[in-house]
Amino acid sequence: MNALEIKNLSKSFSGFKLDNLNLTLPSGCIMGLIGENGAGKSTAIKLILDMLHKDSGTIKILGRENQENIYLTKEEIGVVMDEVGIPECLNAKQVGKIMSYTFRNWNDEEYANYLKKLSIPADKPFKDFSRGMKMKLGIAIAMSHESKLLLLDEATSGLDPVVRDEVVEMLSEFTRDENHSILISSHIVSDLEKLCDYVAFLHKGKLLLCEEKDRLLGEYGIIHCTAEQLSELDPKAIKHKKETPYGVEAIVLRDNIPSNIKISPISIEELFIFMVREAE
Amino acid sequence: MNILIDNKSGAPIYDQIYSQIKSQIISGDLKENEMLPSIRGLAKDLRISFITTKRAYDELEKEGFIYTIQAKGCFVAPKNVELLREENLKKIEEHIEQIIKLSASCNLSKKDIIEMIKFNLEDL
Repeated sequence: MNALEIKNLSKSFSGFKLDNLNLTLPSGCIMGLIGENGAGKSTAIKLILDMLHKDSGTIKILGRENQENIYLTKEEIGVVMDEVGIPECLNAKQVGKIMSYTFRNWNDEEYANYLKKLSIPADKPFKDFSRGMKMKLGIAIAMSHESKLLLLDEATSGLDPVVRDEVVEMLSEFTRDENHSILISSHIVSDLEKLCDYVAFLHKGKLLLCEEKDRLLGEYGIIHCTAEQLSELDPKAIKHKKETPYGVEAIVLRDNIPSNIKISPISIEELFIFMVREAE
Repeated sequence: MNILIDNKSGAPIYDQIYSQIKSQIISGDLKENEMLPSIRGLAKDLRISFITTKRAYDELEKEGFIYTIQAKGCFVAPKNVELLREENLKKIEEHIEQIIKLSASCNLSKKDIIEMIKFNLEDL
């Protein structure tokens, strides 16, 4: 089953258009939505949640049309946006109590476990939380009501590297269950690179690519060589090159490069930047 | 079972898993009918993609090194002597290729190479 199925989704604002988005997230997988500021990542997530109304297209969440009974569907979705909107005077314990009246499947025990695991203090009011603690609380809530799909919008931005790594680890643990899936957007590409099964590149409201991460990394590589060496290679294999007076660095398709040339791995970040430039 | 993933080596990750499990099956470190970790579990423990792990297992199964029982898991297949022989022959050929490449860089003639091998064989 697919956790999320988006077909031909479009939405126009003045000055911005999310254009014909198609995405499929198989159940049990993690997809990273990568895009620069204003690419349409948050718009896409808000459309999925029907917080914005789509102009056209279909969105299916966990097999159900998103506009039919969205309240029921939301019981099974955990959402964390870049701001965790919790009243400032409440502490984590009180938040848990409120959530137990909000979600039918709220699991107090699991919530307590997450608080402990993430060392979130139970008695401290929310206003005294650091940004990292706020995010962690948001994620703990999202995972404590038997959710099957997590939608995370910039949930790792603003966190320090250690906390980010903890969060990445938790999300990865979450999908140990094959019914659990995650759609996570970020412009910190390295986090997504560690975590995701699939990556989708968004640029100015258009989907540039949606592909299995390791397949992508297996397809492209980087070589360092001299300009003469480069000119001997199949021009179709060379996707992008940066020349200096001392040599060339080039993004290449691995398959068309002879085996005597050393190909280094490329990062998703380099690939993303290259594809965005290409699109312009 | 040990599996070491090197993200910087440039070898595809599925290939690293595939070849390490394979060599442990061939060496006998993994015994016949021993249960392998679940695909999902292994992916999460190694912090790699589920799809990649699945591809490695699929490849192993296709070549007859492991078998799957639905809803139970993956197991090491009983050793197939022919298969092992085939694997080792492949390795020998690879080594010979290496020898030829190295010899070329030292300007050894065909005759020299054959002499060297003969000499070594006599020692056996």
